[in-house]
Amino acid sequence: MAAASCTLRSTPLPAAVGSPAARSLLAAPTRPVRANQRCLVAKAQKRELMMWEALREGLDEEMERDPTVCLMGEDVGHYGGSYKVSHGLYKKYGDMRLLDTPICENGFMGMGVGAAMTGLRPIVEGMNMGFLLLAFNQISNNCGMLHYTSGGQFKVPMVIRGPGGVGRQLGAEHSQRLESYFQSIPGVQLVACSTAANSKALLKSAIRSDNPIIFFEHVLLYNVKGEVHGPDYCQCLERAELVREGTDVTIFCYSRMRYVVMQAVAELEKQGYNPEVVDLISLKPFDMETISKSIKKTRKAIIVEECMKTGGIGASLSAVIHESLFNELDHEVLRLSSQDVPTSYAYELEAATIVQPEKVVAAVHKVCGVRVAA
Amino acid sequence: MPALCAAPAAPLAATNRMAAPMASSSSRALAGARVCVPQRQQQRRAASMRVAAVASPVKQAAGKPGKAAAISPEEAAMLYSDMYLGREFEDMCAQMYYRGKMFGFVHLYSGQEAVSTGVIKACLRKNDFISSTYRDHVHALSKGVSARKVMAELFGKKTGVSRGQGGSMHMFDREHGLLGGYAFIGEGIPIGLGAAFQVAYSQRVLGNESDDRVSVNFFGDGTCNVGQFYESLNMATLYKLPCIFVVENNKWAIGMNHPRATAPSSVGDNEPWIYKKGPAFGMPGVHVDGMDVMKVREVAMEAVQRARRGEGPTLIEAETYRFRGHSLADPDELRRKEEKDHYAARDPIPQFAKFMVANGLATESDIKALEAKVKEEVEDCVDYAENSPKPDMSQLLENVFADPKGFGIGPDGRYRYENPGFTAGTAEVS
Repeated sequence: MAAASCTLRSTPLPAAVGSPAARSLLAAPTRPVRANQRCLVAKAQKRELMMWEALREGLDEEMERDPTVCLMGEDVGHYGGSYKVSHGLYKKYGDMRLLDTPICENGFMGMGVGAAMTGLRPIVEGMNMGFLLLAFNQISNNCGMLHYTSGGQFKVPMVIRGPGGVGRQLGAEHSQRLESYFQSIPGVQLVACSTAANSKALLKSAIRSDNPIIFFEHVLLYNVKGEVHGPDYCQCLERAELVREGTDVTIFCYSRMRYVVMQAVAELEKQGYNPEVVDLISLKPFDMETISKSIKKTRKAIIVEECMKTGGIGASLSAVIHESLFNELDHEVLRLSSQDVPTSYAYELEAATIVQPEKVVAAVHKVCGVRVAA
Repeated sequence: MPALCAAPAAPLAATNRMAAPMASSSSRALAGARVCVPQRQQQRRAASMRVAAVASPVKQAAGKPGKAAAISPEEAAMLYSDMYLGREFEDMCAQMYYRGKMFGFVHLYSGQEAVSTGVIKACLRKNDFISSTYRDHVHALSKGVSARKVMAELFGKKTGVSRGQGGSMHMFDREHGLLGGYAFIGEGIPIGLGAAFQVAYSQRVLGNESDDRVSVNFFGDGTCNVGQFYESLNMATLYKLPCIFVVENNKWAIGMNHPRATAPSSVGDNEPWIYKKGPAFGMPGVHVDGMDVMKVREVAMEAVQRARRGEGPTLIEAETYRFRGHSLADPDELRRKEEKDHYAARDPIPQFAKFMVANGLATESDIKALEAKVKEEVEDCVDYAENSPKPDMSQLLENVFADPKGFGIGPDGRYRYENPGFTAGTAEVS
């Protein structure tokens, strides 16, 4: 829980938030526009933000919209968040709404639950998802189960968010994937964002949801740039995203593995393959409509994930696919996960524990057969 | 002298709080923790308390630091009935358990009624919050939760406070501000703290400056070694929240006698005083005789008024005792007869009955009438629970999520909760 994550903050930020250089933008016009102006407006509305800015924008919009929304966590206020997601917001909303907590995860997680039960909509940030291991008591027993054990009397409209995943040589404890530990908790939803666009839109939905949502960000994705939607756009929390339509094989992924897969896909396209890529987004519950539709089409599935092989999201997904889509499969589901080892500090060892694009390419060869490029 | 002291300055001071530690010294000797000459113990304690009284950050309370208002006959009758209800209800639970009407872990409160009544019944409003542990039946009753619904919950019926889904250790009542019933000791404390945070937020962010609700956490001596307790004390002071911490120190955490689990709280002490932990976290710590409802009421009123005035949290240590074992499954073989007899002689209910009669607040026949009424109420609860229906299968899936979309989208493209089997509890949800 020391500020080891400051090594990532040494990456220089682009031009300061709000400066013209940071994004090309024009504010969306409020008056309706004539048809010949519409394409100009559409161009003007295209805004590229980094994921941390997108998350910040989503947070800002929701806090403005609903005064019961508040953020609590370590260094979220004056410091602006370890990954700048709440940068400067305390000046706008004050110290109660951007609450700097002491270092006591279980305590402030429980405080968030109590506040949620009694009418607020808190977002609790884990400075690193791994720190939330200390909050497991409150997340499991109270966040997840309390709506049920109270007979439906109290709801817990919380968002628990933070960065997880393997970074750059952060060591074993700062490189954890908590989605696998949390997935069995009844009563919570698990969502993993992966682009600037879906991070903002999913966060807005998560804040508006009456369910407790555990929202996984990734340490290495905060500077990923992309177009974002406007203030009214919320993305469905239970739906997967079709990243690339294809026919040969379905590759399921989430979070940073989406980019690893797409890197492999660039190579696979050259080799004449046509994979379909599905970003799960909703780690729990699974979007079984998108998943089954895709498998019925391609008849082959590969799961690419960053969590450990044992008991990971892939383990659950593989079981569900085999049970419910057995006759739709031409090949057993391949599961590419991290090795069941603590993440090393040394770069080469760290790289060897997680899935690299070459492994994805090899898996597609295995499932589809080797092809010679036309 | 501040209304609430960090530690009593001298054993001879007139108020309840000061007297309480002395009363317990004899009990400690009887508990067999240590054989001490009482006089030497007193001297040692007085010395250590003088040292410990240094770091008290509490300013003189604004306005009149009050003794609690004198009690009217009506209020006295209400308090007596509440304690008697707690006792009769718990005795009935024991009977029902041994008759196979309730199962699992049932933790009875018998003996500790003065704390629940003195804090909750005497001082709190309907819209104040309380959080408790697994020993929560009587807290629920004192807060105004229907005794019928508590009994029905214990019988596992759908008319129970938690629809039969919670059980003995998970009593919740939104209308009366009962935030639970928790099985893991300590995990309810941040919850109560969160409710206090919500009140502070309501005042400071949402503009409801006159919102003076408070949140009171109840827990035992064993809980005072759990990390969440300390984390919550710190945040309560740090954010100046209207949160009151009430430790019901009944000396035993299942089979662990308090001094065997807890180190002395001050250098030079030979006892683990819990109230001394308050000043370490910037709040007043108060010790009170938890077998005397009038003393508890007085101390609690002051703490509650402090919180309502926005002066922040208080830690109250109530010395009390449970007449039964930790739970109905506990053979209770470790506690000595002398200790049990000592506290039986200080039973809060006959003590208060005597007080009422001696002060002209009620006659013997008034008291008997109150008792008869309570007995009737408890019988009625049992009938109600017996005749209530069991939960339907629809309850299997209904309350897992506040928004049932949380079960996700099935292969047919519909949300799973839209499946007709959902209400029958038979739908596949994963």
